[in-house]
Amino acid sequence: MKVRVTVNGVAHEREVEPRLLLSDFLRHEIGLTGTHVGCEHGVCGACTILWDGEPARACLAFAVQAEGHDIRTVESLAPAPGQLNALQQAFQDSHALQCGYCTPGILMTMTAFLAENPKPSEEEVRHALSGNLCRCTGYQHIVDAVLLAAERGA
Amino acid sequence: MTHSFGKPLTRNEDPRLLRGEALFVDDVELPGLLHVAFLRSPHAHARLLSVDLTAARARSGVIAAYAAEDLGDYWKPGPLLVPPPPVPGMVFHQCCQVPLVKDKARHVGEPVAMVVAESRYIAEDALADIVVEWEVLDAVGDLEAALQPGSPLVHDHLGVNVAARVHQHRGDYTAAAKAAALVVKRRFTYDRGASIPMETRGVVAQWDPRADRLTVWDTTQAPVVIRNGLAAMLGLSERQVRVVAPNIGGGFGPKMMMFYPEEVLVPWAAMRLGRPVKWIEDRLEHFFATTHERSQIHDAEIALDASGRILGVKDVFLHDNGAYDPYGLTLPLNSQCTLLGCYLVPAYDSVFTAVFTNRTLVTPYRGAGRQHGVFVMERLLDIAARELGLDRNEIRRRNFIPADAFPYDQGVIYQDFSRLSYDSGNYAPILEKALDAIGYDRFVQETQPKARAEGRALGIGVVCYVEGTGIGPYEGAKIQVQGSGKVSLATGIGSQGQGHATAFAQVVAEQLGVDIRDVEVTTGDTDQFYWGVGTFASRGAVVAGSATHEAAKVVRQKILKTAARHFECAEEDLVLADGKVHVVGVPDHSITLGALAGLANPMRGAVTPGTEPGLEATSYFGPAGGATASGAHAMIVEVDPLTLRPTILDYVVVHDCGTVINPLILAGQIQGGVAQGIGNAFFEQLHWDEQGQLMNASLADYLLPTALDVPRMRLDHTVTPSPLNPLGVKGAGEAGAIPVGALFAQALEDALDLPAKGIEILEMPLSPSRLWEITNGG
Ligand code: FES
Ligand code: FES
Repeated sequence: MKVRVTVNGVAHEREVEPRLLLSDFLRHEIGLTGTHVGCEHGVCGACTILWDGEPARACLAFAVQAEGHDIRTVESLAPAPGQLNALQQAFQDSHALQCGYCTPGILMTMTAFLAENPKPSEEEVRHALSGNLCRCTGYQHIVDAVLLAAERGA
Repeated sequence: MTHSFGKPLTRNEDPRLLRGEALFVDDVELPGLLHVAFLRSPHAHARLLSVDLTAARARSGVIAAYAAEDLGDYWKPGPLLVPPPPVPGMVFHQCCQVPLVKDKARHVGEPVAMVVAESRYIAEDALADIVVEWEVLDAVGDLEAALQPGSPLVHDHLGVNVAARVHQHRGDYTAAAKAAALVVKRRFTYDRGASIPMETRGVVAQWDPRADRLTVWDTTQAPVVIRNGLAAMLGLSERQVRVVAPNIGGGFGPKMMMFYPEEVLVPWAAMRLGRPVKWIEDRLEHFFATTHERSQIHDAEIALDASGRILGVKDVFLHDNGAYDPYGLTLPLNSQCTLLGCYLVPAYDSVFTAVFTNRTLVTPYRGAGRQHGVFVMERLLDIAARELGLDRNEIRRRNFIPADAFPYDQGVIYQDFSRLSYDSGNYAPILEKALDAIGYDRFVQETQPKARAEGRALGIGVVCYVEGTGIGPYEGAKIQVQGSGKVSLATGIGSQGQGHATAFAQVVAEQLGVDIRDVEVTTGDTDQFYWGVGTFASRGAVVAGSATHEAAKVVRQKILKTAARHFECAEEDLVLADGKVHVVGVPDHSITLGALAGLANPMRGAVTPGTEPGLEATSYFGPAGGATASGAHAMIVEVDPLTLRPTILDYVVVHDCGTVINPLILAGQIQGGVAQGIGNAFFEQLHWDEQGQLMNASLADYLLPTALDVPRMRLDHTVTPSPLNPLGVKGAGEAGAIPVGALFAQALEDALDLPAKGIEILEMPLSPSRLWEITNGG
């Protein structure tokens, strides 16, 4: 099947099997390996991308379902090569990642969250974060990072 | 010069990870890449009668399919990773895992056949084409049942399910018990859990016939050991094999296990087929095929005098080994040794039996058997304190190894096969700090009575622990000043998020006066550093960090020598700072490290005998023994009286891991450890049915703690440097996870006032439903 999808502002047209997962499409068809896969059953959130601006799990969609949609992945966040955006910078400053495997999904979830709620409380951050699993950090530094980004007006 | 050692610096590795640029194993794409899927045993115990791959091989897009017999001589049980310890009278039966099931399957998920295809989708389709005939056998999962006569046998030729038995003792426990004012005896159980790194395992292998070399990308914690093993198995010399452990999405121990069948088979297939081959474990496979931890049953007793001083401890325990034992006895030995904890135990008598069961293999996972020992000892002390009418903190104070008793020999053999000796420590101040921070007295005198009067169930817990870290045998580090002025550092260990690229850079920067961002650290690439052991037992910072320190000192000398020649001055008159060397008092008169590296590698003229070109050094460090870290955790918990769901209201960690290289990274390690400890104590339990089927093999059913479950933690430290390494550091990787079970038990008992009702918590993990059963007579 043919699929036409815009990823990080670039239009892609590919011939794919209908069963190809969007996560596999992003990672292995167009080479954007920043989106990670931790469970392929919609629980861990590592594969979270923005689908027309809304956070969505790339492992729970087929590539063909993204036809005509606007997808954003972690690779779109940095304002320029070699730089970090404010949320990414807050993650580094707060030591909000260890192995970094969960990080792209968390950044995408929090990008959408902060857009909606630019001045969240810790409680609200924790709720918004609770759909993303991180096995390394214990979440505290991630919560700190999101609050720091909000404080800096990210 | 600005110091970086000991500072909470942000990490060198973060920017690439944050931009999604970092390489993980599944990110490796190669032209002509093939994909593997494994057919795994659906039975916990079954004789394999036949495997028919005909239809699978005929499927379009399938390149090859293999069963055990197709492997020929390559089919061999895996090597024994850790041999048994030199304890007199020890029994050990070596039964290592096999690449593909040949005679019978011994746990669900054991690989039976391997399909290689143009895509993973096709490879998985072809699994359905494979016809397997099984004779299903009764499975054994229960530790005590496995030791009964007539039990199904995991390894028929042994005639028993005993994997090992080790008896260690010091002093005379029988006499101690006879002299005791009180003997407390209980049965304690700890059930299975899994480490669940967010990245599953994976292997990519590529054979390059022109270079005559094999490259393997592997999610391993020990790339050098994998390189050596693969070379031996495949009939190659070590230099022909490069193993790269790039960014690894969490390890926590099970990625240290080797060799997993997939690690043996994927490189073999790549060589045989002449095309690169990739296998990435899916989450379902991970639950069955990546190693687990934790089932033990302890029958333990403690003998005390009337003042609460320990006279002796006796422990008889069973350890669940799973179906094979390639990792030897590391786990039960850790349990056996760590049980002694922070305490003076004049008489100790401990015997364990490791048992084969029809379950996934058990190998170290963060804590690695230590939590069991801590759980048993801390629980025994809690119960003894109650029976003696002593405060639970007071009984601990009375039994701490005194600060002037170090180094302290525990008189038993540890997992590194040396005598368990604590290098340094000072336990009493740690406990006092923790009590102070959590507000123990106020809680007990005011908060709790007030809450109880309001019908709220609030409890407090405080427990102490030690953690053996930083064991040998050795690690190495190679440092080079590059022409660019940057400094490269390579070591043989792998990194799974511990921040080595920053912590080691700080060690280098301290000696060479460079910015840590100018130190480029490579871990986990056997072409960059040849020798090494691996990242386990909280040893990276201690052992590889110390090797880095030694190498940096040598490079510093070389820099000074070269610069002294350049400036025609004495070395003592030189200053290293900001990536340059200048003559003291004349900062404008300087030369960059990059330029010095050029001077140290001249194109003409003779190199003086006994010197080497370049500003480079390689050093190795092997500690005389492990460094023993210690700490105390305290928490206040509220339990919903209806649902019995606990909410942690406050959590304090006071930790002593010697000199701290980077407090920010240390805090992350501890917080992450506590989160896993909370998961293991409360949410995480693998449930099996009678047939040995795992009932909750998904992240929707095996619950990991989320941001709503892990509380904000408050951390504090004391510092007792280790005398066993030049940096004075001790490991910190596992400390967060170790005491949480014991802490939970104490705090829950306290919250629900269980002892007053004659109820004790003697098991972990403890879900709300299990807690309900216990409190309702279950
Ligand atoms: S990989 Fe999509 S939610 Fe886990
Ligand atoms: S940083 Fe490793 S899973 Fe989150």
